[in-house]
Amino acid sequence: MEGPLGLNADFSARREGFRLDLKLSISPGRTVALLGPNGAGKTTAVNVLSGLLPIDRGRIELAGEVLDDPRAGVFVSPEARRVGVVFQDYLLFSHLSVEENVAFGLRSRGMSNERARAQAGEWLERMELSDLGRRKPRQLSGGQAQRVALARALVTEPDLLLLDEPLSALDVGTRVQLRRTLAEHLDQFQGPRLLITHDPSEAFLLADEIHVIENGTITQSGSPDDIRLRPRTAYAADLAGSNLFVGYARNGSVDVVGHQLHVASAVEGDALVTIRPSAISVHRSQPEGSPRNNWLTTIKIVEHLGERVRMRTGPPLPLTVEITESALVEMNLSEGEEVWVAIKATEIGVESESIP
Amino acid sequence: MKPARGTGGPPVLLIILGISGLALFALPLAGLLARTPWAKLGSLLTGDVVTDALGLSLLTSLAATAIAAIIGVPLAWLLARVDFPGRTIARGLVTLPLVLPPVVGGAALLFAFGRRGLFGQPLNEATGLLLPFSVWGVILANTFVATPFLVITVEGALRNLDQRFEGAAATLGARRWTVMRRVTLPMIGPSLVAGLVLTWARALGEFGATITFAGNLQGRTQTLPLAVFVALESDRDTAIALSLVMVAVSLTVLVALRERWWKGL
Repeated sequence: MEGPLGLNADFSARREGFRLDLKLSISPGRTVALLGPNGAGKTTAVNVLSGLLPIDRGRIELAGEVLDDPRAGVFVSPEARRVGVVFQDYLLFSHLSVEENVAFGLRSRGMSNERARAQAGEWLERMELSDLGRRKPRQLSGGQAQRVALARALVTEPDLLLLDEPLSALDVGTRVQLRRTLAEHLDQFQGPRLLITHDPSEAFLLADEIHVIENGTITQSGSPDDIRLRPRTAYAADLAGSNLFVGYARNGSVDVVGHQLHVASAVEGDALVTIRPSAISVHRSQPEGSPRNNWLTTIKIVEHLGERVRMRTGPPLPLTVEITESALVEMNLSEGEEVWVAIKATEIGVESESIP
Repeated sequence: MKPARGTGGPPVLLIILGISGLALFALPLAGLLARTPWAKLGSLLTGDVVTDALGLSLLTSLAATAIAAIIGVPLAWLLARVDFPGRTIARGLVTLPLVLPPVVGGAALLFAFGRRGLFGQPLNEATGLLLPFSVWGVILANTFVATPFLVITVEGALRNLDQRFEGAAATLGARRWTVMRRVTLPMIGPSLVAGLVLTWARALGEFGATITFAGNLQGRTQTLPLAVFVALESDRDTAIALSLVMVAVSLTVLVALRERWWKGL
């Protein structure tokens, strides 16, 4: 159990024949991600914690206050909870200006119009939105809307921040950029944060701890590295299969945990490196020719997935590799054997992660 | 106008049929304008019959619209959001005045709220209030016939409104009435206004239920449509003047509101 100021939740909830069982503890200042596919129960979790759906069994406690406990007959309604939510698609009120959206929570809690506007103005400034206060939500870019949603949720000083797929409304290009600004802005909130997402890179980069959720239950919990290196379900393995590393890029190569990868990218500084498992080739002897990244390693795990085979390799840089079943048979590979792996520089994805 | 290359113009048959459709609405109006005694119009419009009928029509149609708003919006909310037994029947009941001949509606009102009516008699005995042949009767007839337009429009808008917005407002500390006032109603605003306008227009044009239930007493229950009907028999010029007033009032309001509120509809 975490300290009294965090979130402690252990409950079951039912909705339209679907059942969610969740046990969750988040201490202040930490970001926990609930990572799972669509239909796993993520939205139900948001509704339960924000008070839009009562639980059937268990108990939810936030900042020392019981929010929901059917056995004790306690249920705190959503408007009385101190939970800030950044909703999927943001759900900004289209008929209100940006400033009125941010001031909404303060006005609803009885603050005078003048004070609410002044306080909303402060948050707009903090989120670098000062010039946009009079605009309507439809006149905002995706990134601006995200910051308005965050300001609207944080202005009431909640005890818990819920982020429901905060980046899914954006296209891929802006997503990378906004993940970075989101990480910065999250630091402005001192309480416990729960990130709900289906995007592994979002969870790996923003969260301190990840719970993988499938079919309404948590199937694995751990640090991002735990999930990545020791996936326990097929779904987690699929997530981990993306070979995601954080490194430092300089002069066409990236330093990943002391290992140098040659890349075809001009990115400099902190970088996010992705390598598709099928882009890695496996050889019995050192390959000749173009691949500039190649090294000798051992096969740790072999997993058969029908036509394909997924392997985990050992040091110097642990990778998830995918080859065909016939290639495995041809090379006569099995667990514990030494092999060469090779990756073309052009097959390595590099995104800047530096904060400008 | 030359059609853009590659797209072709609209098909000729479509144009002919479309223009016929427009003619259906334009020709009667042209006929009315052609027969208008323009020289006498000023004195006709200031006559007692016209001013009485116009005043009464505006009063009763606006009163009916106000009542429709007060009871119709909550009814629409119940029909859209609360899954109660008999909801389908309730929905059918609400739309009944749309298909029922207004005369039948008027007769039903008489049996319910008339001097010897099921509810009219106890009401009369308790309060002395008599609905038929009074301004209240006109308002009741108007409300009965026109409210369905509001209920249907608002119910549709409430069903289309993403309820997650109301949930978002609740997490921001808004109580149910605040959510209704600051989120739900503003977000269905355009539909609400459209429904009110349709309701008002229907009430203004109400004839059958009114004449059956409230009668045809000048200055008390004789609204514009009733006055037109009477004048057609006796004083054709007055009938035309009254009709022009109705056309002008309706058209002005509909065009003005269409510009301002209905752009998205």
